[in-house]
Amino acid sequence: MDILPILSTLRRHKLTAGLLVMQIALTCAIVCNAVFLIGQRLQRMDMPSGVAEHELLQIQVADVVKSGNPYARVQEDLALLRQVPGVQSVAFSNQVPFGGSSSNGNVLLDPNQPQRTLNATTYFGQNLVPTMGVQLVAGRDLQDDDFVDVDTALKGLKTGDTKSLPHVTLITRGLAERLWPGQNPLGRLIYLTPTVGLRVVGVMASLVRPNAYDADTAQYTMVIPLRMGADRGMSYVIRTRPQDRSGVLAAALAALRKADPQRIVTTQRSFDEVRRHFFRDDRAMAGILVGVIAALLVVTALGIVGLASFWVAQRRRTIGVRRALGATRSDVLHYFQTENFLLATIGIGLGMVLAYGINLFLMQHYELPRLPAIYFPVGAVALWLIGQVAVLGPALRAAAVPPVVATRAG
Amino acid sequence: MIGYYLDLAMRSLKRNKVLTALMVLAIAVGIGTSMTTLTVMHVLSGDPIPQKSANLFRVGLNVFPDDNFRPGEEVPDNLSRRDAEALLRDARADRQAMMSAGTMVVTPAQGDPLSLEARYTTADFFTMFAVPFRFGRAWDRGDDGSHARVAVISAALNDQLFGGRDSTGSTLQVGSQSLRIVGVLGDWSMNPRFYDLSNGRFGDGEQVFVPLATALDLHLATSGTMNCWGNNSDEHAADAPCLWLQYWAELDAPSTRAAYRQYLHNYMARQRQAGRFTHPGEVRLLDVMQWLDAKGVVPSDVRLQVWLALGFLGICLLNTVGLLLAKFLRRSGEISVRRALGASRRAIFMQCLVEAGVVGLAGGVCGLALAGLGLVLVRHQPTDYAGLVHMDPSMLLATFVLALLSSLLAGLLPAWRAMHVAPAVALKSN
Repeated sequence: MDILPILSTLRRHKLTAGLLVMQIALTCAIVCNAVFLIGQRLQRMDMPSGVAEHELLQIQVADVVKSGNPYARVQEDLALLRQVPGVQSVAFSNQVPFGGSSSNGNVLLDPNQPQRTLNATTYFGQNLVPTMGVQLVAGRDLQDDDFVDVDTALKGLKTGDTKSLPHVTLITRGLAERLWPGQNPLGRLIYLTPTVGLRVVGVMASLVRPNAYDADTAQYTMVIPLRMGADRGMSYVIRTRPQDRSGVLAAALAALRKADPQRIVTTQRSFDEVRRHFFRDDRAMAGILVGVIAALLVVTALGIVGLASFWVAQRRRTIGVRRALGATRSDVLHYFQTENFLLATIGIGLGMVLAYGINLFLMQHYELPRLPAIYFPVGAVALWLIGQVAVLGPALRAAAVPPVVATRAG
Repeated sequence: MIGYYLDLAMRSLKRNKVLTALMVLAIAVGIGTSMTTLTVMHVLSGDPIPQKSANLFRVGLNVFPDDNFRPGEEVPDNLSRRDAEALLRDARADRQAMMSAGTMVVTPAQGDPLSLEARYTTADFFTMFAVPFRFGRAWDRGDDGSHARVAVISAALNDQLFGGRDSTGSTLQVGSQSLRIVGVLGDWSMNPRFYDLSNGRFGDGEQVFVPLATALDLHLATSGTMNCWGNNSDEHAADAPCLWLQYWAELDAPSTRAAYRQYLHNYMARQRQAGRFTHPGEVRLLDVMQWLDAKGVVPSDVRLQVWLALGFLGICLLNTVGLLLAKFLRRSGEISVRRALGASRRAIFMQCLVEAGVVGLAGGVCGLALAGLGLVLVRHQPTDYAGLVHMDPSMLLATFVLALLSSLLAGLLPAWRAMHVAPAVALKSN
């Protein structure tokens, strides 16, 4: 196809052609960045939790009147829940992955260091690792004789009696790698305060923070052998088979209510719901972005249809002359397709520069990473395709112009 | 003359229905998305208490001990109980309140127990934040001092528990204790909930208000950010090294603000002398809008959406400019005839602008419908601000103005080009 005649025609339509190029460029720039943002959100929503999410249920209850012995209360509840048909394992935890509300502690590597090394989340509770399905990659799980009652530990803190404090901990591989890169973490000491040292006895593959806001610190997690009494905010975590979940949840709630009709269930949900709730803003944003991209592409395509139709109508006589001089229908078709391809290419070229600029702006103001290069060819191909689809109708209409038009006064 | 132009515009638009529909659609979609996101932004970034926002100040004190003090780090948002109570005792502001969020379980006379969102605060809270009462009144400073077993409840809870009747004098059963209801709030909600952003930034607000001293006596559960250091066993104790209380001061006269700041500096100096820390002990005093800004209350996603929508509007306008240009230039013949018959350039320009304006108005009306649809979609999003988003009259007006302005803007260039069509050339080429 000869490009020069197309260029010379376009030169006579500088303004309209320029507007179309600008529109394609802006669309390209916004679409590239929007697709990138969607990718970021989807990646975030996929963040691993380290637990057997499809097999877990969470129940939170609140007592109307505080029970006399909160520790016994928990043990009674756990025994009740274990008897519910379908329940494989039960744990009592101060927090759950992606649960939002989080208990954290400062981590020191040396009891005398003036500043903390980092901030990690702290899970408490017995039987957590097998119930949640957390994978141990080294060392051992916490054992019954590691555990200390919270109140005993608090008293120990106050009196300075270190014997009544917990002495061991589990940490995630992510936290171990951050604290001692490339070294064996087993047997090493972590300090929560200058007097509370915990020896690492086991390493977990992964266990996410309840409030994992960024991927870098999401795995800074410790499990500490503290036994808790019944208190608001703590959760029963139940493991069961995925297909049994709704039945087990109903039966477990019924069992807890039967034991004490006065208590209130404040939360009852599967871990799928926990994840869905935690990432709801990300999902909403991804949905909005998909909508915007679709609308943007439709508007751009309509703009191309409109302008191409205008050009075809304007050039009817010229087309007739060319047909009369021997141009085939496909020559005319190709002419308009090539014209659109040229305009799209210029637009895409400008769009890439603009996309990069927008990305720089987003990096500065929204702490986004750099736009990976792969988005450029993908965006380019998408816009070329849309341009070709949009121009097809008007171009076919142009190709249908009979040669006899050339002889008519127009 | 305008009437004639309108008639011409309508004829011209009817002649080319597809092109007209495309232009109206492009403007409508652009306006619809921009107005949706701008409305969300407008709702979320508004002043929650416009009549007093410049007089209310959040107090922050950096009382960290030296080994928890990190130079350059921000002053913490919350106060320890020891400091909050000291400031409250001094009462140097026109009004002041310390507070915390909490949850409590209430057993109603009939029905199941309820887990309720609560606020534990001190007497000035209600006057400071202009809280209206439907029945009864707030508790007073004497009630704070005597740890009175009293409560103020929301209108919604009053409807739920007492069928909307005046419940003052009735009791709320909280565990084994009972609280006497002294007041029922009127229609009141603060969005964003500026006084405590750590427990949901938007929403309906608390259902029960209890004096802080009473809540501590009854060991009611608190919620929100708790920042502790050192070895301690009871984080709510009077001397616990924990930051968890929000503290607000009302300073009505601008002249008293510098004095109050000086008072806070003096307080910190005394704490330093008492040996709590050796660092400078910074003080932070922010009014409501500064506080909201510092806490980044408008979600960054919402800002991003506004940028996106404005970019989108830009593309839609470019599209409209292109289409209008195509439309006007196609009528070169007609324009030439009118010019040859004596129409001035100005008249041609006006005629084209009127046509663009008609397209803009039509686009605006459709855009308004789309924005309405967009807001319905936003309300169905599972975000905590979803329920607040609605279109108010000012945004309605803004939609029309934006639609009209943007279409006139889009029409300017094509109209300019059309007015410069040389009659002779166009007539000859025809």
